[in-house]
Amino acid sequence: MAVLLIAEHNNKELRPFTLNAATAASQIDSDVHAVIIGQNSADAAKQLSELPVVKKVLSVEGAHYENFTAENFAPVIVKLAENYSHIVCSANTFGKNLMPRIAAHLDTSQVSDIIKVISPDTFLRPIYAGNAFATIKSNDAKKCITIRPTSFDPCESTGGSAPIEKVDASEEFSNTKFIKREEIKSDRPELGTARIVVSGGRGMQSGDNFKLITEIADKLGAAIGASRAAVDAGYISNDHQVGQTGKVVVPDLYIAVGISGAIQHLAGMKESKVIVAINKDGEAPIFSVADYGLEADLFEALPQFMEELNKLNTIQK
Amino acid sequence: MKILVAVKRVIDYNVQIRVKEDGTGVVTDNVKMSTNPPDDNAIEEAVKIKEAGKATEVVAVTVGEEKAQETVRKALAVGADRGIHVKVDGILEPLAVSKILQKIVDKEKPDLVFMGKQAIDDDCNQTGQMLSALLNWPQATFASKIDVKDNKLEVTREIDEGLETIEINVPAIVTCDLRLNEPRYASLPNIMKAKKKPIEEIAASDLDVDVSPRLEQIKVEEPPKRKAGIKVANVAELVQKLKNEAKVI
Repeated sequence: MAVLLIAEHNNKELRPFTLNAATAASQIDSDVHAVIIGQNSADAAKQLSELPVVKKVLSVEGAHYENFTAENFAPVIVKLAENYSHIVCSANTFGKNLMPRIAAHLDTSQVSDIIKVISPDTFLRPIYAGNAFATIKSNDAKKCITIRPTSFDPCESTGGSAPIEKVDASEEFSNTKFIKREEIKSDRPELGTARIVVSGGRGMQSGDNFKLITEIADKLGAAIGASRAAVDAGYISNDHQVGQTGKVVVPDLYIAVGISGAIQHLAGMKESKVIVAINKDGEAPIFSVADYGLEADLFEALPQFMEELNKLNTIQK
Repeated sequence: MKILVAVKRVIDYNVQIRVKEDGTGVVTDNVKMSTNPPDDNAIEEAVKIKEAGKATEVVAVTVGEEKAQETVRKALAVGADRGIHVKVDGILEPLAVSKILQKIVDKEKPDLVFMGKQAIDDDCNQTGQMLSALLNWPQATFASKIDVKDNKLEVTREIDEGLETIEINVPAIVTCDLRLNEPRYASLPNIMKAKKKPIEEIAASDLDVDVSPRLEQIKVEEPPKRKAGIKVANVAELVQKLKNEAKVI
């Protein structure tokens, strides 16, 4: 039986992680069908049909799907699930909200946030915020899988021409009403998906001093992170928190400034490709995971860092 | 309004976990355990709603082994009125836990069920959503703000793109994010008082729920270790290495 991919979109276009989820789905079985549920989402459905890994698109339209409410989405997918061995989507807030609702209706034990497909029934997933990896085999007839988008490359986005089939909408769930969505408009990339993250810890000593980090982040086109200690001290709001109880990030470059490297912080960033630590305490645990360590007073090092960046002819964005 | 809050006992977030040498899991013997952090936010919110006069009772429930009762006792110390401990040995999958909680909901008939958005041990992020599916109740996941209005809640949710606000009719499930509130600490007098609050013990086997595992944990291993890095002498060398060696800027 084929794999059913749940597309994430904004009614106009696909959200980028749909391409990563499509790659994961195609590693489970080459026969991937994709369902897109929305309101006036024909353009996004067409985009989906152009992914070469997708063999068929199922399009479900209805006014009650406009805001992606899990209570409205789940019944549609549960009905379609009959024809599929696996249901797959991204483990971002969309998929995390939706998939367990589907899994419970199907009486299936979901496998969350996988980072590798070992075989169609066996998957690798991080536990304890990535401090251990578990190999999990699912014995359920139907498998509900969410995938960690940063662990799978996005699939090709053009060249395919899968047929688009209309599927009937299900009834509206009337006990949940969408009110509004406030998208955070920032010139900076989102912490969870940024290529570069610059984070400050308790060593920053005050919220005002975070402007040293902001400057560098702006120069590099980076997101701003923080340790729990900096958040608890009130230097910065906790949506910036990186760590086991905050966000787990996997950027190409992670710069930890004035962060000692508590276990719970390391859990949120140690899979980053390149790690830089700037700390005046040479014994700080952060240096044990750093590719490049600089033992220095951050109040001297950060202005110098900015100067050096200004000297560069080009900076990758 | 009655609020049921589910809490889980997990390895404390400050403990460096160790993988067992035989690959069967992580070491839990003689390791500091605590309440799952966002479950503390769930309790705090329920108690605040009661203090504001909008709830009449807060009941804390946990599902787990003998010692899991500590998390219920802690909830009682910060303001929950009574507790329920569903006793079961071994580790249950979220599907099984949600089926047990469904039975507790049938019995207690709460108007709201709160819990943390995710447990920091298995990182599954499933139980709340599964429970809402089984009950066919609305779900407000990753809540960072809750306004109680008559028989409705207005909930602000943390989503990847920013914030989303929804209105849900009671009865409903809310899973709580860390940004929801600042959990209070239990005072010594309240810890003493909590010892007298009732905790009902229920054997999971008496609930007529199939909790058999559907997943096999083949092995648990350490994640790949990072290669040892180098120390650079100054900022100029650091920037040069990032530009020309690592090629990331």
